[in-house]
Amino acid sequence: MDKKNFKKIYNSPDEASKDVLFDGMTIMSGGFGLCGLPENLILAIKKSGVSNLSVISNNAGTEGYGLGLLLETKQIKRAISSYVGENKLFEQQYLSGEIELEFNPQGTLAERIRAGGAGIPAFFTATGVGTIVSKNKEIKTFNDKKYVMETGLVADLSIVKAWKGDKAGNLIYRKTARNFNPIMATAGKVTVVEVEELLNVGELDPDQVHTPGIYVHRIIKGKNYSKAIENLTFRDI
Amino acid sequence: MSWSREKMCQRAAKELKDGDYVNLGIGMPTLVANYIPKNLNITLQSENGMLGMGPFPVKGEEDPDLINAGKQTITALPESSYFSSADSFAMIRGGHIDLSILGAMEVSCKGDLANWMIPGKMVKGMGGAMDLVAGVKKVIVLMDHNAKNGSPKILETCNLPLTGEKVVNLIITNLGVFEVDEGIKLLEYADNVSKEDIVNNTDAKVSFPD
Repeated sequence: MDKKNFKKIYNSPDEASKDVLFDGMTIMSGGFGLCGLPENLILAIKKSGVSNLSVISNNAGTEGYGLGLLLETKQIKRAISSYVGENKLFEQQYLSGEIELEFNPQGTLAERIRAGGAGIPAFFTATGVGTIVSKNKEIKTFNDKKYVMETGLVADLSIVKAWKGDKAGNLIYRKTARNFNPIMATAGKVTVVEVEELLNVGELDPDQVHTPGIYVHRIIKGKNYSKAIENLTFRDI
Repeated sequence: MSWSREKMCQRAAKELKDGDYVNLGIGMPTLVANYIPKNLNITLQSENGMLGMGPFPVKGEEDPDLINAGKQTITALPESSYFSSADSFAMIRGGHIDLSILGAMEVSCKGDLANWMIPGKMVKGMGGAMDLVAGVKKVIVLMDHNAKNGSPKILETCNLPLTGEKVVNLIITNLGVFEVDEGIKLLEYADNVSKEDIVNNTDAKVSFPD
């Protein structure tokens, strides 16, 4: 069918990541809580044993899930996150000094990643002015309001989870599993994506694509998704 | 004596206006959604990337790809939309959200808010709270008037690290409703609450209606 040689397709998460992993590297990991996590790629990183990682991710997973898996093996040295309240192990490792933590407001974190991917080295935001977040950062006044300068973020590797992808790397996310995934896809020197459904080109409607294939260097079909629910809540009927 | 949590949420829901886009914080503010008057068209935003949040699912309807900012399972509505975290905070930071209701550990008489950190003790993180208070048009704090140990939470100056400076417009507690604008002004007493109750439980000057 496809006559072109689509070089982005890899057969397994190990194959798609092993030659780009190194000690001390920076990794962006998509997801919000346990929603939209690149589960297969996190497992591949765990298996590789790569260490001293700086990880950029909104949350730190929970025990046994997401980046929680890399905390158990003490592969993470430093984290940039907005909220780690669901992970007791993280709190322990932080309070005991084993892990460095930089808290970013969630919107500042998202915009730093977006800016990094878009080639913007820094921007000004009102978020965090007058708080410890703006300490030692440049403050500037625009139209009588104070703003703090924040810098763009890039990573050696971005690991991303999408719902559907095609062989050219075009991606579609599902519901709130989108979250940080599309912006992180733009900010990795290497971006590796795992999808639930890997399709032939032509099977995605170009008008519906969320992440154009240019940002995606490698793509695999993920399997055995646990898709754990952190806070199962029902309504009373 | 004073308002129950239910009454506090009911009172907070009265602040919603027809057509408002609203972000509700984690915990008690989330419960305000249960008291939105049926005749109002209110769109709830969830900062993990959704507009038009529906109710919690019934059993069997839950979807791990569909959660709110508190990581609770939720449902969509016919008018819902999904977007990235960057788009979500562009909405918030850009002043497109009308109202944010959130909890607090401390609020100062100048409207400073502290709700994310207790140094050396609690390191959960600020999540989206700093962006919300910096960008949303109106910020309401919904909280118990006193901490669990009984100490006042409305203060001259916050002791804890701030979430935002001069950002709170209205405080709703179990003792009443307070406007924050160059000082704290009581707007409304909770049931069977006296001026004395408020003065004794507040560490800031409160002005009362004549």
